[in-house]
Amino acid sequence: MATREVTFLEALRQGLWEEMERDERVFILGEDVGLYGGAFKVTEGFSKRFGESRVIDTPIAEAAIVGAAAGAAHMGLRPVAEMQFIDFISCAYDMLTNYVATARYRAGLSTPLVVRGPCGGYVRGGPFHSQNPEAAFLHTPGLKIVYPATARDAKGLIKASIRDEDPVLYLEHKWLYRRIKEQLPEGEEILTPIGQARLAREGKDLSIITYGATLWKSLEAADQLAQDGVSVEVLDLRTLLPMDDAAIVNTVKKTNKVLIVHEDTRTGGIAGEITARINEQAFEWLDGPIMRVTAHDVPIPYAPTLEDFVLPQTDDIVKAARWLAKY
Amino acid sequence: MDSRAARLTPASVPSSIAAPSPATRPGGASPAVAPLSRDQLREIYYYLRLTRTLEERLVALYRQTKVIGGLFRSLGQEGESVASAYALERGHNKDILSPLIRNLGSMLVMGAQPIEILRQYMAKAESPTRGRELNVHFNDLEKGYLGQISHLGDMIPVMAGIALTFKLRREPRVGLVYIGDGGTSTGTFHEGLNFAAVQRLPLVVIGEYNHWAYSTPPEKQFAVKDLAEKAKGYGVPAVTVDGNDVFAVYEATRSAVDRARRGKGVQFVEVKTYRRKGHAEHDDQHYVPKDVLERWSRENDPIDRYAQRLRSGDLVGDADLKEIDERVRVEVDQATDACMNEPLPAAETALPGVYVNPPAADRLWFKAL
Repeated sequence: MATREVTFLEALRQGLWEEMERDERVFILGEDVGLYGGAFKVTEGFSKRFGESRVIDTPIAEAAIVGAAAGAAHMGLRPVAEMQFIDFISCAYDMLTNYVATARYRAGLSTPLVVRGPCGGYVRGGPFHSQNPEAAFLHTPGLKIVYPATARDAKGLIKASIRDEDPVLYLEHKWLYRRIKEQLPEGEEILTPIGQARLAREGKDLSIITYGATLWKSLEAADQLAQDGVSVEVLDLRTLLPMDDAAIVNTVKKTNKVLIVHEDTRTGGIAGEITARINEQAFEWLDGPIMRVTAHDVPIPYAPTLEDFVLPQTDDIVKAARWLAKY
Repeated sequence: MDSRAARLTPASVPSSIAAPSPATRPGGASPAVAPLSRDQLREIYYYLRLTRTLEERLVALYRQTKVIGGLFRSLGQEGESVASAYALERGHNKDILSPLIRNLGSMLVMGAQPIEILRQYMAKAESPTRGRELNVHFNDLEKGYLGQISHLGDMIPVMAGIALTFKLRREPRVGLVYIGDGGTSTGTFHEGLNFAAVQRLPLVVIGEYNHWAYSTPPEKQFAVKDLAEKAKGYGVPAVTVDGNDVFAVYEATRSAVDRARRGKGVQFVEVKTYRRKGHAEHDDQHYVPKDVLERWSRENDPIDRYAQRLRSGDLVGDADLKEIDERVRVEVDQATDACMNEPLPAAETALPGVYVNPPAADRLWFKAL
C-alpha cells in the first residue's frame, strides 16, 4: 500500500478531516479556528471545505465553547471543541467537571464531545502556554483522556475520540506537532482504540511507562542505555483514562522494575496513580522501588535555562534508569 | 456573503473612529479636566515615542533571535495606553493599573524602565521576574502596576480587589484596568465588572476596541456596537472616545478617574483604535485588508496626530519634539547595551519562591545522580 510521510500535526488534521467528511454531525468550534485555521493551523482549510456553519469561530469564552458543545452533543451532534492553548481549559473546568463529566451518570444524558488543544512545554512558552492539565481531569469520573505521542496515534485517537459515545479530552503536545514525522498508509482507515497502551520498545531489564513528549525522550534514553547493555522496555500509555492496567501489569511482570516518566509536575501527577495500581496488582513482581522522573513542583518558567532544569530531559531519564537497573 | 468583507471596506473606517455621540457621555456633569501644561505635553510625547522606539528595538532583537518567546506590538495603540495611564496619580503608593500585552506604554508611564522590558523579553537573570515570566508580565505595586496573566479577563476582578482595599482603607486611590474587545467575552470580565459596580469601587476600566482578537473581528466576538453598552448593562457609566486622539483619551480617562476618586464607583472608558500588527510578531495578519491598515497608518497614527496637534497649536515646537526623539533613542540604545550580554538565570534558581515556607521546591532525586 502507498504510504506518505506526515507530521504529527498533519496526521491530526487528516483524522479530523476524514471524520468531518464521513459524518455530517461532526463540527468544530473554537477561537480563530475558521478562516485563520487555528493558532497552530490544525484546522487550516477546514472552513473553506466544510463551511462556516461547521467550523465556528467563537468569542473568547472557553466555558461557553464547552457548554455549547455539550448541548449540541446531547442533541445528537458530534462537536470537537478547540482550546487555543490547553492552558485555557481551566476557564472551562466547571463545565467539564460538573456538567459534562456527570451528565451520563446523574441524568442519563449522552455527551459525545471532544475537547482538544495544544499542551506541553519545551517551547519557551512560559507559565501559561506550557501546561499539562491531565492530572486535574484524571480525578473526574466521566471524562476520558487521550494523549497521543505518534503521528499514527494522533490520527487514530482523534478519530476514535470523535466516534466515542462519551466526552473525551484529547491532548496534543505542541512540541511534537512538526517534530514528529511518520510514514502513514494512504487510503486505509486508522483507528486507535481508546484505553489501550502500546509497547513502543521491547526490553528486559526495566520498564519505562510514559506518554506524550516524554515518550520520545524515553526512547532516546533507551537507545543510550542499550549501549551500556541495559535493555529498556518503553510503554506508551496513549490513553490516561481509563488506564490500561493489563498493559502496565504485563510489562512489570516482564522486567520487574518500573520508571514512570511524565512531563507534568510530580505532586499529584499521574505517576502516583500508576504506582498505586502496580502496588495493588503486581507488587510481588517488583525487584525495586517504582521511581518517577517528572517536572519539578513549580510553574513552568520562561527562560531556557530554567525550563530545561524544571522539565524532565533525556539525560535525567538515562541517569534514573541506570540507577534503577543497578538496584 | 461574508459579513467581514463588507465591514472592512476602507469606507467603513472613518465611521468606526468617529467622535462619540453625546449620548454616550456618562450622566451627570463632571468638572472640566484641567488643561495639560507644556511640560506635561512634552512628557506625554516622550512616553509615546519611548513606547514605539522600545518596541522597534525589540523587533530588531527578535529578528536576531535574542527575544526568547513571542513579541507583541502595540503599534497604533500607544496613544490610548499612554494617555489613559497619564490620567492617574503617579508616584510611590499612588494609583495602580493593570496592563495587557498591548499596554507597554501604560507601564512606562507608571515608571517601568526600558531595561526591565528588554530583560524580560530576553529572559535575563536580572529581569524583574528572574526569567520566570514573559514580556510585560511583571509588577511593581509601589510604582503602580500589576502584571497580567495570559487568561484574559482575570485582571478585572483582581483589580476590583485592589480598588476594594482602597475603599476599605478610605485611601483616595484609584485602580485602572485594561480589557480588549475580545477580552470582554470572558466570564471573568463580566463577574469582575458587576462586582465592582455593586461595590461602587474606585476602578476605571479601559475597553480597548482594536478590531481584532487574534484573527477574530468584532462581529464574531459580540453583537453590540460599542463595548460601552456592556458596561451600561451593569449600571456602570460608560463613555466612548476616539482612541487615537491622545487628548480625548486623556480627558475621558481623567474625568472617569476623578469620578472614581470622588466615590462615584466604577467607570468605563471605551477607546476605539486599531491593532496595526498581527497578534504577535509571527502573525502576518493576512486576514486584515492591506488598504485598511495603510489608511490607519497614514491618516490615523496616534503619535503623528498628537505631534501635529502640538505643532499646529503652537504648544510644543518641532525642535523640542526632535530633542525628545533623540533622547529616547539614546536611552533605548543605552538600555540595550547594558543588558544584551547579561546571562540567563542559573538553572537551579527555578526552585525557590513557590511558597514562603518551604522556601524552595524539592530538587528531584534524579538530579543528584
